[in-house]
Amino acid sequence: MSIQQILFIIVAAASLGSSLMVVTVRNLVHAALWLIATLGGIAILFVFLSAGFLAVAQVVIYIGAISILMIFTIMLTRNVADDTRRQISSTWPGALIVSIGLFAILVLMLSQWTEMAITAPDLPPNYDGLRMLGLALVAPNGYVLPFELASVLLLAALIGAIFVAWGRR
Amino acid sequence: MVPLAWYLIFSAALFCIGLFGVLARKNAVAILMGVELMLNSVNVNLVALWRYRVPSGIAGQVWAVIVIAVAAAEVAVGLGLFIALYRRRKTVVADDIDLMKW
Repeated sequence: MSIQQILFIIVAAASLGSSLMVVTVRNLVHAALWLIATLGGIAILFVFLSAGFLAVAQVVIYIGAISILMIFTIMLTRNVADDTRRQISSTWPGALIVSIGLFAILVLMLSQWTEMAITAPDLPPNYDGLRMLGLALVAPNGYVLPFELASVLLLAALIGAIFVAWGRR
Repeated sequence: MVPLAWYLIFSAALFCIGLFGVLARKNAVAILMGVELMLNSVNVNLVALWRYRVPSGIAGQVWAVIVIAVAAAEVAVGLGLFIALYRRRKTVVADDIDLMKW
């Protein structure tokens, strides 16, 4: 086994373990901290996949912004989020069956695909993924329309969130 | 090198864990955390397939960037809704939010 495979197994196992803690732990603040651990593991996987910009975006947006928003919301709605009540609904066996069944179906389908064992092709020399991504996002024949749509969506969502959370005057 | 299968199975497992969180959790914020896990697993899938199949293109990474932006918008609106809901009804437990059933 190569060093990359060992590193992948360590990071993937840590991410999956902390994501299990996210969905099972009782204290919601602890769940948010485990979520941060999972997202950090996924950022490391992006580094393994030589997607450096996405790794940085993952750290800045998910860990830096989304997780902090979640912790703020948990604290603002605190007295229902205490860890004395059960946090799992009574229908959890059904949810478990659905999740495990979906995982079994996905693995079964993936195992029938013939290209599963391929390894990553080498990147071309002088490969500059960051420049390519930046150019693709603003080039008129690239992805400028989805990029602008995403920015409009973000603006609308932020204004809407402020309006909804403002309260009655 | 790591085979493509490992990434795809990892993201399938992460998606199913997130699905369990969405279906089984009571607190609405915890449900949103499950949705975040599912979106992240999709991102891992997109980037892995980009790296292993078409590393000369860039569409996989662009798609992942759009997914991250939409996830940020979704979290902002969702958490704003939960705070407004908590002000009016003093709860964010999904079982208690049954106003539409009346």
